[in-house]
Amino acid sequence: MTVSGLTKSYGKNQEPAVDGVSFEVSKGELFGLIGPDGAGKTSIFRMLTTLILPDKGSAQVIGYDIVKDFKQIRKRIGYMPGRFSLYPDLTVEENLNFFATVFKTSIKENYHLIEGIYTQIEPFKNRRAGKLSGGMKQKLALCCALIHKPEILFLDEPTTGVDPISRKEFWEMLKRLKAQHITIVVSTPYMDEATLCDRIALMQNGKILSIDKPETMLSSYPQPLFAIKAHNMHRLLLALRNYPNTLSAYAFGEYIHLTFKNEAFSRQNGALHGHAGVSNSYAETSNNGIETSNSYTETSNSNIEPSNLNIETSNSNIEASNSKIEPFNYGKETSNNQTSPLKTETVEKDLIAFLKNQGLTDIEFKPEVAGIEDYFIDLLRS
Amino acid sequence: MAQGLTKRFGDFVATDSISFEVYKGEIFGFLGANGAGKTTAMKMLCGLSLPSAGKAVVAGFDVHTQAQELKRNIGYMGQKFSLYDDLTIIENIRYYAGIYGLSDLEIKIKSEAMIAQLGLQKEARKLVGSLPAGWKQKVAFSVALLHEPKIVFLDEPTGGVDPITRRQFWDMIYEAADKGTTIFITTHYMDEAEYCDRVSIMVDGKIEALDKPSALRKSFGVATMDEVFYQLARGAKRSE
Repeated sequence: MTVSGLTKSYGKNQEPAVDGVSFEVSKGELFGLIGPDGAGKTSIFRMLTTLILPDKGSAQVIGYDIVKDFKQIRKRIGYMPGRFSLYPDLTVEENLNFFATVFKTSIKENYHLIEGIYTQIEPFKNRRAGKLSGGMKQKLALCCALIHKPEILFLDEPTTGVDPISRKEFWEMLKRLKAQHITIVVSTPYMDEATLCDRIALMQNGKILSIDKPETMLSSYPQPLFAIKAHNMHRLLLALRNYPNTLSAYAFGEYIHLTFKNEAFSRQNGALHGHAGVSNSYAETSNNGIETSNSYTETSNSNIEPSNLNIETSNSNIEASNSKIEPFNYGKETSNNQTSPLKTETVEKDLIAFLKNQGLTDIEFKPEVAGIEDYFIDLLRS
Repeated sequence: MAQGLTKRFGDFVATDSISFEVYKGEIFGFLGANGAGKTTAMKMLCGLSLPSAGKAVVAGFDVHTQAQELKRNIGYMGQKFSLYDDLTIIENIRYYAGIYGLSDLEIKIKSEAMIAQLGLQKEARKLVGSLPAGWKQKVAFSVALLHEPKIVFLDEPTGGVDPITRRQFWDMIYEAADKGTTIFITTHYMDEAEYCDRVSIMVDGKIEALDKPSALRKSFGVATMDEVFYQLARGAKRSE
């Protein structure tokens, strides 16, 4: 599938729902459109499944143009729209039969495709579709989208509003379908589902912010990420936002994910030389940058004791996290490993001192591995 | 506080003798799959449905005998934000403040403060229906707190917004909790369970787990609340 500059607005003087979107999907790929409500995912699906026309731009689905050859496309794709759109007053079996007939095939002919899924709902085959649970409706809708052996499957938020168990099962079904070489384009607002796709497009407000393999996105997360917690989440958030070196601080459950401004990691001058006001009053540095870094070298060479870093915590985790500080993944800048641990400790010490001064206790600070949500937040911020 | 709280519909026991306590200023996550009995339980706790058995005291009021007073002393934010799309922000504030019995002067002071705090001075006279979901959410939450209730019930409040907007909303929740408002929140986003002080998980009408998220993860030997939930709900007989 090739999408090029696709644009759609609803109503005059409205912001475009889809704003110049371009991307490609290879055969057999599991491609994810990831983004919140209003990002444009459903509108894109409706254009690609030939249900609505774009205002600008073009797209080819399995080689056919979505405007000129829409009839060819409709025969060859499977579509599961966001809302349950099967017939609630027909039974499970009747719905399946209906779709098979519409596509001029039969349940028998392509049963092997849906077997893995259908056996789960088969006990209910005489129940009206409207009376099924959320997870079951989903499974039925998927069967109906597959019954005519489509080359490409469009799934619009198939797991939204469904319980976590059914969500997990659904993605397992998708993996099995992918193994049968069906191309799958799926949209979801769930970040954890993003990592299950081969490639993803992160979207917001009608635009694509980034397209890549999830792993590539994660390894290109632009700065070191840290996790921090204290005795009071609210006050920790406020304090971090008042800390001059904070670039971003966002809650992630038990911990806050924290990034520092790049100046703090400058390779030019050793420790926090340029931040006269804050760092000198809290950190134990002298005005000579070189001395400072020397003293930290000593400290780091002799296994750091919690007291040196002024961290109050009942966890023995602190030693473990210190040992993690060493090899930092800056992407390709691994050759500069020598200087990184020093900066981190300096920054950490300064931060902890600042936070303690603000009345926070039980502080825990450690490096963190960035996830897709961190990556997305970073994109949204910039 | 709930003790042996039960709701039966004929033979069907929707809520099966649940007992738990929620502390002042706590952020309490009330989790469970669809069909587990969360909504039925919430309705009893909000004074909207009489229990079949057991008792519950919310914000100091007995749900059996003091349902009316109870309703005046709690806040509630429903799934669809519970604001009127065809009224402006100001009109919505005035409407709800009036229902909660605030005086005209209190309404004036509070609405101005709220609008200033949310930075919505330019939007105050716009129809709520024209606002992005993230703003509706923040307005709805603030409206639920207008009458300064001791406890606020949030029913699946954060559907489908972007990660930053979601966290801005949680900032508001943290702030309210820090000021002493108890937050009772239901969600099926298990990662949101991690933001709570303690969570309970309902399966087939009963509470099968109740603890801090970190303790639950540890006792199930898993890394996420999603997995805790999966372990517990796997054997569930009831689904939506």
